[in-house]
Amino acid sequence: MKIKARAKGETVNVKMLLKHPMETGRRKDKDGNTVPAKHITEVLAQYQGEPIFHAEFGTSVSKNPFISFLFKGQAGEKVAITWTDNTGETLSGESTIK
Amino acid sequence: MSLNRRKFISQLSKAFGISAIAVAFPNITWAAWHKQAFSTDKLSDAIELRYPGLAVIDSNDVTFKAPAIAENGAVVPVSVKTNIKNVKSISLFVEKNPTPLSASFNLSPRSIADISVRIRMGQTSKVYALVEADGKLHRAEKEVKVTIGGCGG
Repeated sequence: MKIKARAKGETVNVKMLLKHPMETGRRKDKDGNTVPAKHITEVLAQYQGEPIFHAEFGTSVSKNPFISFLFKGQAGEKVAITWTDNTGETLSGESTIK
Repeated sequence: MSLNRRKFISQLSKAFGISAIAVAFPNITWAAWHKQAFSTDKLSDAIELRYPGLAVIDSNDVTFKAPAIAENGAVVPVSVKTNIKNVKSISLFVEKNPTPLSASFNLSPRSIADISVRIRMGQTSKVYALVEADGKLHRAEKEVKVTIGGCGG
C-alpha cells in the first residue's frame, strides 16, 4: 500500500492507495464462472497508538481503493494503516508525516 | 456463491478480521463492519440499518463533490466535507447500485470532517452523502450520469 501523510500546520492530510481487487462477487470470468467476492471491509488508521479514523467498505468501492482524510496531528509522527477484507486477509503499513 | 459459503466467509472474516481489531483496540467505540447495511439492496433499508432511528435533514452545510458525468462508472471520485461540529461518521449511498451503501467513514475527536474516496456506480443514479452529527443525519445529494457502468456482471 502507498501512504502519504503531509502536515500543514496542525492539519495532516493522509492519502492512501490500497492494492486490492475489490471483487464484488457479481462479476463472471471468461468461462462464465462467478468470481467470488473479495473486498476490503474495514480500514483502520492509527496515530500514536490511538485509532483516529475507520472506513467501512461495501463492494462498490473502486478496485485499488483510494482514500483521503484529514486529522489534527504533527509532522514527524507516524500514521499506521491496517485493512481487513471479507476473507480475513489483512495488511498493515505506516508512513511518517512530512 | 451458495448461501453456506457466504455464511462461512462472513464467519471467517468475523473470526479473523473484525474481532482482531476489537481485541487490539479495546477503546475503540466504532461498531464492527455493518454487514447487513452493506448487503441490502434498497436505499431506505440501507440508511435505516446503518443509522437506525436517526432523522434525515437536507443540509447546505455539507459540501459534496461528485462529477456530473462519469465516463467510467468503475472509478467515480467523490469527496465530502463539512463545518458541522461533532461529526461522528460520513456515509455514501448510491441509490441504484445493487447494494446502495458504498462506504462509511467513522471519525474520531482528532478528525477534520473532510474525506475523499473513489466509488463504483453501475448506472446513472443519485448519490447521497450523509453526515452523522449529534444524532442527526445531514444529507447532500448529487446526480451522477454514468456512461459505462462499473459494477461487473
